[in-house]
Amino acid sequence: MARIELSAVRKSFDGTEILKGVDLRIEDGEFISLVGPSGCGKSTLLRVIAGLEPQSAGEVRIDGVAADAIRPSARNLAMVFQSYALYPHLSAFDNIAVPLRMRRLSAVERLPFVGALLPSRRRKERGIREDVAKVAEQLEIAHLLGRKPAQLSGGQRQRIAVGRAIVRQPVAFLFDEPLSNLDAKLRVHMRAELAQLHRRLNATFVYVTHDQAEAMTMSSRIAVMIGGELVQVGTPTDIYDNPRDIRVAEFVGSRKINILPGRIREDGRIEALGVALRFASAASAGPCRIGVRPERIELGSGPFSGHVVHAENMGSEAFLHLAVNGSDVRVVARIDDPRRLPSIATQVSFGFAMDAVRAFNADGKRIEVEFEHTERVRERAIV
Amino acid sequence: MKTLRAIPLWPVIRHLLLIAGAVVLLAPFIWMISTASKPPEEVFSSELHLIPHHFALWDNLKIAFAKANLWRFLLNGVIVTVSIFVLQVLIALPAAYALAKLRFLGRDTLFALVLFGILIPPQATAIPVFLLLHKLGLLDSYAALVLPFTISVFGIFLMRQFFKSVPDDLVDAARMDGISEFGIVWRVMLPAAIPAVTAFGIFSVVAHWNDYFWPLIVLNSEQLRTPPLAVAHFRNNEAGTNYGPLMAAAMVIIAPLLIAFLLAQRRFIEGITLTGIK
Amino acid sequence: MSDAATIDTAVVAVRSAQRIRRDHRALTAYGLVAPAFTLMLLMLLGPLASVIALSFTDYQLGAPAFSWIGLANYQEMFADRVFWISLRNTLTYVVIVVPGAVTLGLGIALLIESGASLRSLYRTIYFLPVMATLIAMAVVWEFMLHPQFGLVNGLLRGAGLPAFSWLQDRSTALCALCAIGIWQAVGFNMVLFLAGLVSIPKQLYEAAEIDGAASAWARFRLVTWPMLGPVTTFVIVISGIRSFQVFDTVHILTKGGPSKSSEVLIHTMYTEGFEFFRSGYGAALTVVFLVFVLLLTLIKARLADRGVQHA
Ligand SMILES: Nc1ncnc2c1ncn2[C@@H]1O[C@H](COP(=O)(O)OP(=O)(O)O)[C@@H](O)[C@H]1O
Ligand SMILES: [Mg+2]
Repeated sequence: MARIELSAVRKSFDGTEILKGVDLRIEDGEFISLVGPSGCGKSTLLRVIAGLEPQSAGEVRIDGVAADAIRPSARNLAMVFQSYALYPHLSAFDNIAVPLRMRRLSAVERLPFVGALLPSRRRKERGIREDVAKVAEQLEIAHLLGRKPAQLSGGQRQRIAVGRAIVRQPVAFLFDEPLSNLDAKLRVHMRAELAQLHRRLNATFVYVTHDQAEAMTMSSRIAVMIGGELVQVGTPTDIYDNPRDIRVAEFVGSRKINILPGRIREDGRIEALGVALRFASAASAGPCRIGVRPERIELGSGPFSGHVVHAENMGSEAFLHLAVNGSDVRVVARIDDPRRLPSIATQVSFGFAMDAVRAFNADGKRIEVEFEHTERVRERAIV
Repeated sequence: MKTLRAIPLWPVIRHLLLIAGAVVLLAPFIWMISTASKPPEEVFSSELHLIPHHFALWDNLKIAFAKANLWRFLLNGVIVTVSIFVLQVLIALPAAYALAKLRFLGRDTLFALVLFGILIPPQATAIPVFLLLHKLGLLDSYAALVLPFTISVFGIFLMRQFFKSVPDDLVDAARMDGISEFGIVWRVMLPAAIPAVTAFGIFSVVAHWNDYFWPLIVLNSEQLRTPPLAVAHFRNNEAGTNYGPLMAAAMVIIAPLLIAFLLAQRRFIEGITLTGIK
Repeated sequence: MSDAATIDTAVVAVRSAQRIRRDHRALTAYGLVAPAFTLMLLMLLGPLASVIALSFTDYQLGAPAFSWIGLANYQEMFADRVFWISLRNTLTYVVIVVPGAVTLGLGIALLIESGASLRSLYRTIYFLPVMATLIAMAVVWEFMLHPQFGLVNGLLRGAGLPAFSWLQDRSTALCALCAIGIWQAVGFNMVLFLAGLVSIPKQLYEAAEIDGAASAWARFRLVTWPMLGPVTTFVIVISGIRSFQVFDTVHILTKGGPSKSSEVLIHTMYTEGFEFFRSGYGAALTVVFLVFVLLLTLIKARLADRGVQHA
């Protein structure tokens, strides 16, 4: 178990800065997800933590100790890779045993042929076998130990890779998109397993993913990374409900948040699609953007109207795509009961509650708003 | 090609043509075996016959082994080709790994040199390398046969291309597991590259087993002769007198590779055609 | 003040720790490439530079001293009848063997591919000469070409045709060597062509048939030949390079004779450099050889760059 602290970590490749000063404090035993679009630098940050890539500037501390001069294997971290990175020529058992052999056996004992003859090696091998067996039992992979990676399914390889990581009882686990190569059903299943594993091991988990759903469902905290910077760090609920940046709002949520063009008037009142809302902001006047999540769009009445251009029936719920009258804005609204789905081209009016509104300024930063009647926030947001 | 098959006559023509070609191509082999099995009086008769009236293969082989120390020459061939291959791998693999997977100043220059080295035909460097070995007093030794070929730029190139296709994650996983960079070459990259190493091994062994030019230049002593040199000397010494044993000796020299080839044709063809890219 | 100082020292400490690890990595990399590149300099690049330098000297093996003589070796070479004969013979050899081995290789590959049965058997048979030690087979060929007891003349006599003393006759020696060269190279080219043929998508033939290419010849012209074009160029260049290096058969069968009628470049270089030990002059011959081979190799590299692969 370990506390990992990053301060002002920067990394450049050939002059391009990929990490632009990352500060993050990962607590002991925490499950933190590092989430962001592909190419934003998540893997690079993870590799810096692991020591596989030296940072260009800044510091990585593990349990308070600067890790810069420590080799990857000596940091006592384990990493699970997206491609699993199992040694193709070794059986599952040997794959799991590699980190133990590298640590426990001396160079002489590791020699091919000769090493196997040494009595000390035999003794240590017994210990290794026991440890591998214990892990195999935990992960229910005991029956797979004799097979080569090529003879295993994706999910089985995944487990072997996890087994290789946990067998040496590292202080922290680094996961780099470990589920992206699995099919959708297995991925959901493995999410639950990994979360259970975390509870059982009680170790620090740093989990990199580009899939916000994984981050939302598994972790205790989420760090959203965009363009080499951590934009927001917080609990899943916090990130979902209180995005401090429009990029976070847009990235998080299985359905993208609706963004309506708005304006802050001279008197501080906020307009969306030209309609004045019942709250004001101290921010300076000018254009702004109003975010409302699909499940908070209320159909049937309200100051806005549009016609249905597309309907997605998911069985348990449905999503209605509306083209807003008098603009080229599209709005997606969730309907709980798909049986009440309006047909295409139907005119629909809609609105939303005051507390459903998240306002962002022209730079995409969140704007604090003051409600006119703070005690009745669930009322319609319209004047 | 499809309707060719539809014509019923075509398969017959195809086989006739291919068999005719095969007979021409195999004629030297057949003639070699036939002659090796004939006693001298049948060899030196103007009347052609394939099957010897008196089967003398064993006598001829016995004479061949008695006149030339064939076992010794075959052993030399094995020692030289195996040493060359093992050293080539020991030297090329670490370099190929560094060129494929590590970042360091001058890497691209080094790789460009490798590519340039591939263009140089072996005969071009013969005189200076010979002079160098002469200076070092290494002429007429196993070292003279092996040393110049321990560096295979082609091998470096081939392995580097192969290593490029090994996922970076695998290398990183090995580092996390505590394997050193040198250990990664032998414990991770070599096992992953076994098919490429095999193909390269076949290429290397065949090339050096059959090489005549270099042993001819650097060797003097009889006991160091490689198989091709042995046949050449056998032929020079016995010219015109002893064709039966000469053909028997030729058979013995080409047999090891030919048998290996027949056992693993696909791999051999793969390995030999590597010269295509060379 | 003191705070700033501690931060500074901390930054310096971090930097140097990082530098140590980075240097360690670079050192490992240099350690891994060092043996290969030392040997490469010693056995390949150094000798290559030396051979060019040597060609401007009068160095002879065993001589106590040598002097720079500029282009004298080249002048001597260009004035030497033997050099021109040797060059002409080499080019003749290339011009005969390359088309012969390439067309036969292509023909055999097409024949093998045109049917389903016995493919791998034929491939094996035709590949045998490539595998067999050329020197041993040259000795066999010598006996086959024996004027009196040889198979070739025996067959010719049987057919009522005139016989030759192939390797002992000025007019036939080079031809005989060419024939052996073709015999040996056909299988190699065939395999390259087979790989090229296999990589042509079968749908193309079906499309060609639908588009009205009714005869096999029409489909060959429409699909096979254009698709095989790059492979063919590649095979031609490779055969060219290999033919330029012809030595083994010449050295053992004719020694360049009779009266230089089968003298070739590498054999001349061998004689001058390793029999007369005229290293400087031999080096000059090597340089000429190198120019030809590098020209061909550069053409091949061009082709390879364009993504043309043999398999
Ligand atoms: N070794 C490297 N050399 C050069 N550029 C790299 C290297 N590794 C990553 N990058 C670049 O850094 C950026 C971030 O990569 P990465 O951290 O893998 O993103 P993510 O994991 O978030 O998808 C990418 O644009 C990638 O091209
Ligand atoms: Mg990544």
